[in-house]
Amino acid sequence: MTMPQPTHPTAKQPPALQRVVVLGATSGIALEVQRQLAQRGCELFLVARSPQRLAALQSDLFARGAKQVLTCAADLASISQHSALFDHVRRQFPGYDTVLLTYGSMQDQKHSQASLDILLDELNVNFVSASAILTLFAADLEQRRTGCIAAITSVAGDRGRRSNYVYGSAKGALSLFLQGLRSRLHPAGVKVITIKPGPVQTPMTDHLPNAARFADPELVACDIVRALERRSPDVLYTPKIWRYVMTAVEHIPETIFKRLSF
Amino acid sequence: MSGQSAASSKKQPAPAPPTGKYLSWGRYPTAAHVHVQEPAWSDQVPAILKASSAASLLPYGLGRSYGDSCLNAGRGLIDCRRLNRILGFDASTGILRCESGVSFADIIEVFLPKGWFLPVTPGTQFVTVGGAIANDVHGKNHHCAGTFGSHVHQIAVHRSDHGLVTCSPGEDPQMFRATIGGLGLTGVIAWADIQLRHVPGPWIDVELVPFQSLNTFLDLSRESDGRFEYTVAWLDCLSENNPRGIFFRGNHSAETAKKFRPHHGPKLPFALPQAFLNRYTVKAFNTAYYHAHAAKEGSSLVAYDSFFYPLDSIRQWNLLYGKQGFLQYQCVIPETNVSALEELLARIARSGMGSFLGVLKQFGDAPPAGMLSFPRPGLTLALDFAMRGERTLALMRQLDEVVQQSGGALYPAKDARMSPALFGASFPHWRSFVQHIDPKMSSSFWRRVTEAQ
Repeated sequence: MTMPQPTHPTAKQPPALQRVVVLGATSGIALEVQRQLAQRGCELFLVARSPQRLAALQSDLFARGAKQVLTCAADLASISQHSALFDHVRRQFPGYDTVLLTYGSMQDQKHSQASLDILLDELNVNFVSASAILTLFAADLEQRRTGCIAAITSVAGDRGRRSNYVYGSAKGALSLFLQGLRSRLHPAGVKVITIKPGPVQTPMTDHLPNAARFADPELVACDIVRALERRSPDVLYTPKIWRYVMTAVEHIPETIFKRLSF
Repeated sequence: MSGQSAASSKKQPAPAPPTGKYLSWGRYPTAAHVHVQEPAWSDQVPAILKASSAASLLPYGLGRSYGDSCLNAGRGLIDCRRLNRILGFDASTGILRCESGVSFADIIEVFLPKGWFLPVTPGTQFVTVGGAIANDVHGKNHHCAGTFGSHVHQIAVHRSDHGLVTCSPGEDPQMFRATIGGLGLTGVIAWADIQLRHVPGPWIDVELVPFQSLNTFLDLSRESDGRFEYTVAWLDCLSENNPRGIFFRGNHSAETAKKFRPHHGPKLPFALPQAFLNRYTVKAFNTAYYHAHAAKEGSSLVAYDSFFYPLDSIRQWNLLYGKQGFLQYQCVIPETNVSALEELLARIARSGMGSFLGVLKQFGDAPPAGMLSFPRPGLTLALDFAMRGERTLALMRQLDEVVQQSGGALYPAKDARMSPALFGASFPHWRSFVQHIDPKMSSSFWRRVTEAQ
C-alpha cells in the first residue's frame, strides 16, 4: 500500500487571475484592464452603477475572449448595499481569486472646500466605502486562505497638496488601509496590492489641464495586469517613473512644500 | 465609479485641447476646434448633442480622412474613439454589431482568429467603423464586393432632433442611404450591424505582374477580375513615356498551418524636413520600388497585414511630407474615357510633382450603397502630393479640369480643396441628401463645397 505523495505546497496553488471581481467596472482604467483580462480568457464579475453600461461591457468582453462575464448593478458608494452585493458575488461567482477595486471620484478641490456635502462624498467614495467593501471580501479570502485584493489609490495620496488634498487624503487613507490589510492577510497567504497610478488619460481627468500628456490607460492597465498575475509587487507605481518622482516629492521639507501651489 | 459622472456633470468650461490633436491625415488644412467632447459611453451622446453650445458638431474617429471632411474648424467635434464596444456577434451568420468607434484593427484582432474578416477594407486598418460607413470606403475587392456600406445591414444614429433612430434597407431606407457615405453629417452613429466574411486564415495568395503601359494594366485588370478577389496596381507616375507599375492580385489562401505574427514596424517620430521629398528622391524611390517588385514577379504567400496595410507598418507615415502636410488626389474616371487618365498622368509628369504612392484600381459596377458614395464604374487613381502652396493647388485645378470634362468625380474623404462646382458635378444627389443632415452637424468640407451654392 502506498501513501499519497505529499505535493509541494506551491504546486497546489491554483493559477492566479482566473476569476476576477471588478468593483467599479466602468471606470476608465478598469475598461482597459478588463479588455486585457478578457484576452487572457479570464472569468469576470463586474460591478458598476449603470445596468446599460454593464450590458455593453458584458457583450464586449465576452466577444474579446472572456470565458464568462457576470454583472451586478450596484452603487458602491452606498455602504448599505454592500453586504447584499457581497453575498450575491459569493453565490454567483464562487471561487473568485482576485478582487480589483477601481472606482473613485475626483471632484474639483474648490468644490470640496466650499461644500461639506461634496467633501464627505469624496471621502466616502474614495475611502470609507472602499475600505468597507474590501473588508467583506478580505474576511472571505482570509478564510479561504487564497487570492489577491488589489485597489487603485493614487500618487496624490503620497503627499497632501494644496490643489488636490481632499482626493489625495482619501486615496492616501486607502493606501494606509491596504498596507494594514496586507499585513493582516499575509499569514493567510492572501496578497494585497496597492496600485498608485500617476495621472492617466481617462474620463475622470479629461477636464484637467495637460490631460493630453497623461499616461496611456492601456500601458497602465498592462502594468496592473502583470502585477495581478504575479501577485506582486505590494505597491505598484504606474507608470514606473512615479515611484521616483514621489520619492523626491516626499523628501521636500514641509517648510518649502507648504509654499508650493501645485 | 462616480468619477465618470463627476467629470461629466460638472459645469466646467470645455477645455480647449491642443489643436494639433485633431488633424486630418494629410495634416492640411489645420483647424482649431473650440469644443471637443470625448464621450466614454453611448448614453452620454444625446446629452452632448442637446447641450452643445458650439455652432455645430462633427463626429471624429481615427482621423484618417486626408483633407477637411473630418474637421470642423472653429466649431465642435465629438471624438468617438472611446465608443468602441462590441455589442454582439452571431457566429452562425457572421453579423457583428459594434459601436462606431471600434477600429478595423480591433475587429481583425478579435475575429480573424475565429475565421472572420472584414467584407471590405481600405488601405489602413486604423479606421473606425463609423468612419468607414461615413465615407463608404472601398478596397481592393470593389469589383466583386462593392463598398463597405453594401455590407452594413442596419445602423443606429444619435440625432439631435429625433433621438436614437435605426435605419436599414427596409426601415427608413433614405436615412440609411444618406448615412452611408454621409460624411458624419446625419448624426453620430451609435452602432451598426456589419456582415463579416468567412476566411480560412490570415494568408493571401498574391501574384505580382509588372506592366509598362495603361493598356497592359487594363488587360490585366479585366483578365484578373473574374479570378482574383483583390486587385490593385501601384503606379510610377514619374517614369517617362509610358506609365509603368506593378499589378497586385490576390485571393484568401487556404493555408492555415503556417504561423502568423503581426508585423510591427517603426514610427516616424516627427515631421521630416520638406526637402526630404523632392523629384529626385521620389524618382529614385519609384525606380527602386519598381525593380524590387518586378524582380518578385510571380506568386507568393503574404500575410494579410502586409498585403492590405503595407503603410500601417510605418506609424505616422504622413509625417514624411513635412510640416506643411500633403494632399491626396483621388479621382475616378469613367472607363470609356481612358484618354482622360492618360491626360492626367501627362499633366502630372509635366509638373514634376507627384509621389511614390500612385495607386490605380478598376472599380466594379456595383450600384452605389449611399447617396454620396464615391465609387462608380471606371478607373480610380490616387496620388499624394506634398503641399507646396499655390504651385500644388494650381496643378490640382488642372487635374480637376480633366476629371470634370471626363464625367469623373473626386473622393471627398481625400479632398481639401475641390471647387463647389466639381463637387456638384461629382455628386448630383447632394441636394436630396441635405434634408437628412442633422441640424447640429456640419464640417469644414461641407461648408466649403456647398455654402456658395
